[in-house]
Amino acid sequence: MTLSPAPYAGGVTEAAPFSSAELEHIRAQFPILRRDLYGHPLVYLDSAATAQKPTRVIEAEATFYREANAAVHRGAHTLAGEATELYEDARGTVARFLAVNDDEVIFTSNATEGLNLIAYAIGNASLGRGGAAAAPYALRDGDEIVVTELEHHANLIPWQELAARTGATLRFIPVDDSGAIDVDAATGVIGARTRILAVSHVSNVTGAHSPLDRLVPLARAVGALVVLDACQSAPHLPLRPRELDVDAAVFSGHKLYGPTGIGVLWGRAELLNALPPVLTGGSMITTVTMEGAEYLPAPQRFEPGTPRIAQAIGLAEAIRFVDELGFDRIAATEHELGARLLDGLAEVPGIRVLGAGIDAPRVALASVVVDGVHAHDAGQVLDNVGIAARVGHHCAQPLHRRLGVTASLRVSAGVHTTADEIDQAVAAIAGVRDFFRLTGENA
Amino acid sequence: MSGLEQLYQQIIMDHSKSPHGYGLAEGDVTSHQRNPVCGDEVTLALRWSADGTRVEEVAWEGSGCSISQASASLFATLAAEDADAGNAWTPDDLQAFIDEFREALRSRGQIPLDEERFGDAAALSGVSKFVARVKCAMLAWVAAEDLLTRKAAAG
Repeated sequence: MTLSPAPYAGGVTEAAPFSSAELEHIRAQFPILRRDLYGHPLVYLDSAATAQKPTRVIEAEATFYREANAAVHRGAHTLAGEATELYEDARGTVARFLAVNDDEVIFTSNATEGLNLIAYAIGNASLGRGGAAAAPYALRDGDEIVVTELEHHANLIPWQELAARTGATLRFIPVDDSGAIDVDAATGVIGARTRILAVSHVSNVTGAHSPLDRLVPLARAVGALVVLDACQSAPHLPLRPRELDVDAAVFSGHKLYGPTGIGVLWGRAELLNALPPVLTGGSMITTVTMEGAEYLPAPQRFEPGTPRIAQAIGLAEAIRFVDELGFDRIAATEHELGARLLDGLAEVPGIRVLGAGIDAPRVALASVVVDGVHAHDAGQVLDNVGIAARVGHHCAQPLHRRLGVTASLRVSAGVHTTADEIDQAVAAIAGVRDFFRLTGENA
Repeated sequence: MSGLEQLYQQIIMDHSKSPHGYGLAEGDVTSHQRNPVCGDEVTLALRWSADGTRVEEVAWEGSGCSISQASASLFATLAAEDADAGNAWTPDDLQAFIDEFREALRSRGQIPLDEERFGDAAALSGVSKFVARVKCAMLAWVAAEDLLTRKAAAG
């Protein structure tokens, strides 16, 4: 089993992986990596759930609170001005990261909120809110929303709820036996009634890239909006939503070495400014009377109340951190780690790697089922030697069900991950059946 | 013993592979409990004496990690052993067991289960050091508590 050669859409990177000296320098920036667990140094292989934070991100948040904390977009004192500038600079950093305009970047509390925000805004448009500008986005009986069978619950349930509120029908593009999105089946699902296609960029269970180059044109051909869940791609590859030809995209800060409590919703300006708001209150209005209010354009339209200032500033610092490392080199390094992980696991008897047969580029991530051992028990064996890996359904119950399992053990790399750590994880997984005295038995 | 060996004692491994009390029957009043994080499931029934005052048997079905399944099996075994010894549980006895079990499991290794009272189920003491696994071990006991509450409400 080998990885597809392309670590990210756009082709094979020519960049060199990080040298061991560079990797040491990167690791030194993550204070949590100095922790020991049960006498073993922490091996953190759960970056797909949440990434660890480099000191500069922790400091950026703390420095804001120590030196510049004030409410933004209100008040005229010097600190308020500085805080507003820092907050809007953070928005600019995110916009450059995505190669989009500043006012198309909305800070949310996480990616889940971003997806709900779009879904609820469309729901409000469907109730007639937003007037003529929003009307083209309104859903009604007979309209269809399309997702895929491998979506994270955050990119499934908001659409289930939107369908229930509007009378639209939710349909899904199935995955095949390998766990890959069935592109041929997609042609039968996306059709004239499709109004929205919501799809993830990279699966959080298999690590495989979705075939956006096939799916997006199908949606475009029928005039459907395309919403991209980029949580699992943003930390690993250059995210360019306009090049991907989508209308909206979300990612979370905490998976990108940034703070918790911050996420990003990007949307095309014409979409964001046409949709009615969802959460309402201060900081998002022009004129308010006792009878009604007029709303500012995006991003303020979708950021009522005091925003997540320190978190946005922390996220901007995290983006500078990955930018300085360089996505070409991150991708080159993670490509090697991913290949090492899958090749190593291919040699382990009595396990199954979910999505191992998918013919697509992938990130350095593998979800494993150990025959005869529940994922929870397998994960405990890794935890015992200081390896932090995720166990469970990874918020993707339908995909697990489709692949015939209830839970799996997921190993996922970050920029600080070493080849030795991957080897330790493979060895620990290889030891699970021994520990449970299943070696030699068939499950 | 390493922490891992304390968690997965032989008794627990045996019960998870060959569970006791497994199998529900038509007419059983059941409580279904799940751990949404990992999909562990236990559906449990308390089979009462004809006068409804004593637990004669605990029956269950389920799927999931070895801790959740072994805990249900050990719970059923404990009920059966006490019933065989003429000490079938009253609702108060059962509640006392559940309370003690919960207190020990939540003690982060500070309070071991009393072997005199809990028998083989005392092997589950090792779970209390693993905060993320306490919920797995509690599933069957929470199901029993749910049934007790419903029985009390029904009068």
